[in-house]
Amino acid sequence: MSFFKKLKDKVSKQTEEVTDKFKDGLSKTRDSFTTKVNDLVARYRQVDEEFFEELEEILISADVGVNTVMEFIEELEMEVKRRNIKDTEEVKEVISEKLVEIYYGDDDESLEALNIQEGDLTVILVVGVNGVGKTTSIGKLAYQLQQEGKSVVMAAGDTFRAGAIDQLDIWGQRAGVNVIKHSEGADPAAVTYDGIQAAKSRGADVLLCDTAGRLQNKVNLMKELSKVHKVIEREIPDAPHETLLVLDATTGQNALSQAKTFKEATDVSGIVLTKLDGTARGGIVLAIRNELNIPVKYVGLGEQITDLQPFNAHQFVYGLFGDLMTRVENDEDDSDDKNN
Amino acid sequence: MAFEGLSERLQETMKKITGKGKVSEADVKEMTREVRLALLEADVNYKVVKDLIKRIKERAVGQEVMESLTPGQQVIKVVRDELTELMGGEQSKIAVANKPPTVIMMVGLQGAGKTTTTGKLANHLRKNSNRNPLLVAADVYRPAAVDQLETLGEQLDLPVYSKGTVANPVDIANEAIEKAKAEHHDYVIIDTAGRLHVDEDLMDELQQVKTNMNPDEIFLVVDSMTGQDAVNVAESFDSQLDISGVILTKLDGDTRGGAALSIRSVTGKPIKFAGMGEKLDQLEPFHPDRMASRILGMGDVFSLIEKAESEVDEKKAKEMQNKMKSASFTFEDFLEQMEQVKNMGPLDELVNMMPGANKMKGMKNMQVDDKQLSHIEAIIQSMTKKERVEPSIINASRKKRIAQGSGTSVAQVNRLLKQFEEMKKMMKQMTSSKKGKKGGMNLPFM
Repeated sequence: MSFFKKLKDKVSKQTEEVTDKFKDGLSKTRDSFTTKVNDLVARYRQVDEEFFEELEEILISADVGVNTVMEFIEELEMEVKRRNIKDTEEVKEVISEKLVEIYYGDDDESLEALNIQEGDLTVILVVGVNGVGKTTSIGKLAYQLQQEGKSVVMAAGDTFRAGAIDQLDIWGQRAGVNVIKHSEGADPAAVTYDGIQAAKSRGADVLLCDTAGRLQNKVNLMKELSKVHKVIEREIPDAPHETLLVLDATTGQNALSQAKTFKEATDVSGIVLTKLDGTARGGIVLAIRNELNIPVKYVGLGEQITDLQPFNAHQFVYGLFGDLMTRVENDEDDSDDKNN
Repeated sequence: MAFEGLSERLQETMKKITGKGKVSEADVKEMTREVRLALLEADVNYKVVKDLIKRIKERAVGQEVMESLTPGQQVIKVVRDELTELMGGEQSKIAVANKPPTVIMMVGLQGAGKTTTTGKLANHLRKNSNRNPLLVAADVYRPAAVDQLETLGEQLDLPVYSKGTVANPVDIANEAIEKAKAEHHDYVIIDTAGRLHVDEDLMDELQQVKTNMNPDEIFLVVDSMTGQDAVNVAESFDSQLDISGVILTKLDGDTRGGAALSIRSVTGKPIKFAGMGEKLDQLEPFHPDRMASRILGMGDVFSLIEKAESEVDEKKAKEMQNKMKSASFTFEDFLEQMEQVKNMGPLDELVNMMPGANKMKGMKNMQVDDKQLSHIEAIIQSMTKKERVEPSIINASRKKRIAQGSGTSVAQVNRLLKQFEEMKKMMKQMTSSKKGKKGGMNLPFM
């Protein structure tokens, strides 16, 4: 069975609704990427150096990151040589296959789910630089967890930015979730501590801890964050069960530096990739997976409360390369569904 | 991260093509490959990079190498000149309407920092131009955006016009301008909701606000960490709203900020300000020249080139070179050169600017800090003229005298003498291996 078919089979087992959401949310990315690759394949008859150079540009323009791209191109060149591929049409499948390989890594899918402690309090710490959408993501996450029947508490740990506490409060009202807050300028570690005590005494299932956005090169602010992390650790062994780094999908190479530094300070366990519904991007996921091995747990595909979707590599790849695959599939087997 | 390696790599390449009189095509090719990587790593859009590299190649090939630069540095100089040119001059002026109030509209993606920048800009206008701005909370979508601007207003003690979150942004802006006129505010800064540039409905709304208000300035607020997509964002905001300038935020982070170059080159609009911190007074005029070196991650080499251009007396350098060739380099010359080097700035800074300099043979043992340098100076100054020209006559008793005269020890004098001999040997090697060619070593420290 061809590689695409395997992928398609996996995807078709999932609900159509979710698949559509991924396809819609990623339509901008997909369109530009596949158009470019198809255009490239159409223009070149031969797989030569120039072909690889252009492919390199396409990948870089998707923010994949120079290192990852160079590695990828190198591997691809070897693979093409090994299989003795001369035709550009054939190389298309190898491109997708290799890209998917980077996406999946040696990951198994259980890494992509949130680490929820059944029957006990799960603490989720949310960190990131300024303006990536931490508070919004927490609000959406709270709503979704509440809908699943979990009792949720939020701690308003962003005591720095003007209006951040109010913002979380509004999300609390929307989701019907309690918000533990102090006043602006309060010690975020203290807010988090109170959040833990409140969540414990209410017997809550999940505590979501917001933090102020901070640039990763501000040493003191990163120390403050480590302190918050330590407070949680001290109060509940094994907690935080998840430390989610929120990344803006429009961010370029700096996302790698963010992931690295935040990982050092707070032992990041997963990534929430927001604002993925704009134009060409998403490539940063490849770079982060490839270079830092942090799994992506959620992706933001729109402004709606339900547009924060659990990440699923199959869905993501299908959404990203769906069109590309369909064409190859059609070449292989014309009876296949062409509407994908 | 990956970038540190790049600056190193560039240094390596530069070293390889040292010591030629003219920049050859092969030199340029090798250099531009590294420069291309550097620019891409810095998030400069790949199309912009392509054009830039093409121009650099055209300009750099066949250039005469400046006296004080190596061919590698010469290519980097061309790169710097091109980047600086592309970034344009400094333009932090804000328009003034003929009839007050002057209306400024802030637009951009979500999370770029519009609301914070609105506050900072108002503060800047009041502090630096003695203006009396009115802030307008027209972001009715993001929860608590209005609260955020109101809080900022309180912190800055500046008035904020808001109508909650149910009103229409066009109405809010209209009423705010009436209020500004009545209360004699000379500036009105409208904070709009963040939106994706592909969101047609919301972009239409911005256009409506624009048509209604006829703003004097439309500032696109862009996160300096933005990747390749910066081009698309800037292009579509500019084509739909004809922005008048850009404000780059979060530049106090460790991003290379290649987005600045991309935006500048696709829109041609000036980048006017940069957000340099979380505090409300941390909005600074944008310096295009500094950005150029930041993007390439080679601020060190850039400033070195600048310093070499301005400080080293070309004629003296030539004389010195002849002396090196004939190996008639004396302590006198050494002293003179030390003076020149010192003119270029604190020594440790200078050495830091030259990664790889301390890896050079003979330079390794010479730990250059300013204090040690003054010791060396003192030792040389304690020598007689004859000793300076002919160090071989310095025997044990002379050494003792020199040590006493300079307040150092005999061991220190010995060390200097040994280093000087090593240096002379090195110079001889270097100059003899490049017989007849211009350029190369001008300073023993390089």
